[in-house]
Amino acid sequence: MAADKEKNSAPENSGSEEQSKGLGRRSMLKTLAGVPVLGLFGFQVLRKINHDKQHNRKMEIINELGLDDLAGSVKQVKPVSGDLIRLGIVGWGVRGPQLAKALGFMPKEQYEKIMKTGTPDEKAQLESLQKDGNLNVAITGVCDVYDAHAEKGLEIAGSDIFTGGEIARKHPVKRYNSYQEMFADPDIDAVIITTPDHHHADMTIEAVKAGKHVYCEKGPVHREDEIEPLYKAVMESGVVYQLGHQIPQNAVFQQAREIFNRGLMGKISQIDTTTNRNTPSGAWIRHKYNNGDLKPGDAKSIDWKQWLGKAPDVPFSIRRYYSWARYFDYDTGLYGQLFSHEYDAINQLLNIGIPELVSATGGQYTYDEFGQIPDVLHTSFEYPGKGYTLTYSANLTSSKSRPRTIYGMDASMTIGGEMTLTPDRNSKQYADLLDKGLVNPSDPMLHIRKGADLDSAVDAVSSATNQYYADRGLISTSIKGRVWDIAHLHLREWLDVIRNGGQTSANIDKAYEEAVTIAMADISYREKCRTAWDAEEKKIIRI
Amino acid sequence: MTYQSEITKWQSGTLVALRFLVGWHLLYEGIYKLIHPEWSSIAFLAEAKWIFSGLAEKIIGNAGLLGTVDALNTWGLILIGTGLVLGLLTRPAAIAGTLLLMLYYLFNPPFIGMNSLVPMEGNYLVVNKTLIEAVVLLLIAVSPAAIRYGLDMLIKKKSSNS
Repeated sequence: MAADKEKNSAPENSGSEEQSKGLGRRSMLKTLAGVPVLGLFGFQVLRKINHDKQHNRKMEIINELGLDDLAGSVKQVKPVSGDLIRLGIVGWGVRGPQLAKALGFMPKEQYEKIMKTGTPDEKAQLESLQKDGNLNVAITGVCDVYDAHAEKGLEIAGSDIFTGGEIARKHPVKRYNSYQEMFADPDIDAVIITTPDHHHADMTIEAVKAGKHVYCEKGPVHREDEIEPLYKAVMESGVVYQLGHQIPQNAVFQQAREIFNRGLMGKISQIDTTTNRNTPSGAWIRHKYNNGDLKPGDAKSIDWKQWLGKAPDVPFSIRRYYSWARYFDYDTGLYGQLFSHEYDAINQLLNIGIPELVSATGGQYTYDEFGQIPDVLHTSFEYPGKGYTLTYSANLTSSKSRPRTIYGMDASMTIGGEMTLTPDRNSKQYADLLDKGLVNPSDPMLHIRKGADLDSAVDAVSSATNQYYADRGLISTSIKGRVWDIAHLHLREWLDVIRNGGQTSANIDKAYEEAVTIAMADISYREKCRTAWDAEEKKIIRI
Repeated sequence: MTYQSEITKWQSGTLVALRFLVGWHLLYEGIYKLIHPEWSSIAFLAEAKWIFSGLAEKIIGNAGLLGTVDALNTWGLILIGTGLVLGLLTRPAAIAGTLLLMLYYLFNPPFIGMNSLVPMEGNYLVVNKTLIEAVVLLLIAVSPAAIRYGLDMLIKKKSSNS
């Protein structure tokens, strides 16, 4: 045993014989003992990489489905070309400033705040915007019936993130007291309408008649009788119209459309769309701050008559002003505000068009203090000619998420901020793959995430309402590793078509289909009847 | 049985084997991160508890800092792992490894009431495998015998020859 002993001391004290001879063979072997271990390690790593390449389930499935070129279906962000476009924005409450931000216009403090305390997703959006988001526009017109909002608009329009306000110095911003005045001004090239819905049709018609290109928030109209005049006016004008549905710009949607077009879902017979929110603000109760104080504004600072427009004359009401989406006088509630996005998402994917029959049920069971909109709503949109039914199930008193789902005989798809494609256990198309165990009905065979580098981004979204929009795919998208605000991409497409021609994604035909579909549902709910579409006469029939 | 400063070949051999094994583990952890560019420490940081949870939040909130932390982590593991396998700068590598592993441990310690949302392959109370591996590296750092069988010997010889 004595021979086995060695001194637990520093290495240089061992092997004195070798020391005297310099570095002996035995000592050299000891010195290099780690080399074969490292060699074995390298060999194993290479084997592992090779094995993972050959047994990559994801790649196998993608190859089996013939989707190796799927990324090619994503529309690339086009460079900006063409002359400066002077924009006028009507409505500076909530959406106006958001769209201005998507164009790169925001107060310096807001920019700094996002860069300091924003979520990774928000920061990445701003970085993309600043690097490659200058659309060569100036916001030269601001219009709002409320002084405070108009002043906010003037401040925002005068502060871009590209030149530090140089744009506004070259192209001064003007406040208009009415939208009519703004639309009549030849110094405005195009307008963005972000007002309550009861103004959308009239404003769009007036704008296109004045030759202005229009970007209008959803829904395109408020009432049935506005649909045909709007369609006719836009078609006759030759201006570029874009409805404010940013979903088609989402890269995940473009890939989903390709998957559907390649017949990977089989025959579709049912499509479920939903809304799941559970906050007073989510139910459009927005006239109070969180602490219960009323928001500012009164009959003096708000041009109430202009705000009402052609809506029934009622005395000034702060509730109506901020929580207008709850009143049928100004909106169709859930349909115009949220179903419109759901419908557009499905229509962009599957081209479903106008339903033949619609029936709606529901009621105001919780938020019954004021306004008329239901907080539970179920609507069935029948397409017997196409062989499917679209349902819309909305709940404003539970945020339990139910994904937007398309059911096919071979596979079902959930689609929002992410997309999954799951094979059906009885699918004929995937029988082989199911037998081989390569895919299984309890797991998605494809899962397209927004961008692997930003998996955490959605977790960090700040408010419940924001989370809802993110889940539905309405906030941001990742293209070639860059994160974009999809409203920016939607505005960018509109401006590109104005300058270079082509078609917008949410053009007047899509807007027409959506307007009729919403009107059919809205009438069904309010008048408690079924509605049918007479495609020849272009009329909604009450049954 | 008397205590003595000499250790058996088996003991020193086991210590060296331990050095190879921990080195191999850390090296592969680093290499894995390097060849999977989608990897980020964000999932680990998001789970952070106890004294470092605030720091973790700060790192997550700053894309540049997160990138730096990821790169430092990846290359730190590769360098430490290579050092341990080859026996090159063994003692600094073992000490750096101990510190890094202690950092992992402290970011997410298995203390009472600090349950992880991520399922783990075992059950731990105060002591987990990270802590044990950290102490193993400390043992390597303080054991001259563990430093045999490595390139450090070459450096020592050269410096003693010159």
